[in-house]
Amino acid sequence: MKKSEVPQDGGMAGNMREIAYAVDENGHYVKVESLGWEPKIVALKQAWGVISQEVEDILEKIKAGKLSPLAFHMAKNQMSLGLLSDYMEIAKWRVKRHMKPKIFNRLKPDVIEKYASVFGITAKELKTIPNQVAQELYKDNITKNK
Amino acid sequence: MVARQIGDHEINFEHRQSAHCESGVTANLLHHYGVEMSEALAFGIGSGLFFGYIPFIKINNLPLTTFRISTGGIFNRTMKRLGVSVETKRFRNRRQAMKALDQKIMENIPTGCQTGGFWLPYFPAAYRFHFNMHNLVVYGKQKDNYMISDPIFSDPVLCQEKDLEKARFAKGALAPKGRMYWLSNVPKKIDFKVPVQEGIQEVCNTMTKTPVPILGVTGIRFLAKRMLKWPHKLGHEKAALYLGQVIRMQEEIGTGGAGFRFIFGAFLQEASEILDKPALFDISKEMTETGDLWREFAVVGAKHCKGRLSAEETYPEMSKILLECAGREEDIFKKLMKI
Repeated sequence: MKKSEVPQDGGMAGNMREIAYAVDENGHYVKVESLGWEPKIVALKQAWGVISQEVEDILEKIKAGKLSPLAFHMAKNQMSLGLLSDYMEIAKWRVKRHMKPKIFNRLKPDVIEKYASVFGITAKELKTIPNQVAQELYKDNITKNK
Repeated sequence: MVARQIGDHEINFEHRQSAHCESGVTANLLHHYGVEMSEALAFGIGSGLFFGYIPFIKINNLPLTTFRISTGGIFNRTMKRLGVSVETKRFRNRRQAMKALDQKIMENIPTGCQTGGFWLPYFPAAYRFHFNMHNLVVYGKQKDNYMISDPIFSDPVLCQEKDLEKARFAKGALAPKGRMYWLSNVPKKIDFKVPVQEGIQEVCNTMTKTPVPILGVTGIRFLAKRMLKWPHKLGHEKAALYLGQVIRMQEEIGTGGAGFRFIFGAFLQEASEILDKPALFDISKEMTETGDLWREFAVVGAKHCKGRLSAEETYPEMSKILLECAGREEDIFKKLMKI
């Protein structure tokens, strides 16, 4: 890649510039700042699309009363049952059980608190779900964290 | 709880932005102790370049493709080859882990930490995934904020104590368990010649002589063959996801472009001066051309993911490019072995 060809396709991460290696006019390698590259953005958006879709499917199931709100927060934080049980330091089967609305509603406050702290939200937020997810979840995250 | 008796402290640490976190941390830590070390040189001496397509290890239900050696490998090999002593510590207790870090800062020792990427608030949301192989250097503390030199960012960043603690104790595969490391003894004079030669030699071996068909140059050929079957075996949708995953691993932040092939090219140029072998400069050019081919591979794949190129055209075309990459890389490593 030539220095002049280092892509500057912004979009995914605001103004963040990363380092690309490219050769200058004399064929010597230099470090060049890059705003991003289209093919990579396509691949990254694809990955986010999968996550958003999963979150949306789960929201539907929660609304239908098949899953507890916990399932939404787990998916939004890109976690599996295994990973969430690691963070909770409890057995996987228990986390799985907590995905049932009936069981979730009966959970003791300290368990709810622990889930909330894992996700970095309040207990009240843990029990609520949005009506809809933003089409592009990562953008939703950006605005939230600002 | 006893209040901690550590006030504000800052080590005079030069932050230099790099493409890749581990080789960046390696180079920056050495630089702090007066060793002239670029990221590319650290990457090369640490034999960072690699290829592996491992279909039976799945990440988010997609097969693992890797363009670099296992995590920690670059740092460990570079330090070992340069004769630098390193101390590493892991922790069970979170508070102790943060206390030990504070202690190191007070001792004026810049300290590397392995962290997860998901909990670092200064990461752009689009890059926040659960990967536990991130590396950064902590070089100071201001009240509740740690001063961090995260090599993939252009400037040093601040990170709250609770967030860094969470990141140091991220869970899942390759969990960091609070791992922190620092250089305990750096030789006054270091000769780069032998380390550079060893670095090159090892890459040649892992890339051409690994007896496992999914690693090294044969691994690239294996992927080329496998990928032809994807659309029939997986259906178009899933196949496109497989494709996207390869592109992401190749171009994701930290590779410097083309799955580390360009960084390695930069290393070969430095090696050519250190070893006084002009031939290495020419091989670097070949590596750059191969990197350009890898970029072409990503371009074709992305076109398909965007629906601009049919599956019938995409997969054979991409497979062809991969075979070409494999052939060229094999050629390059055979030449390098003789140097």
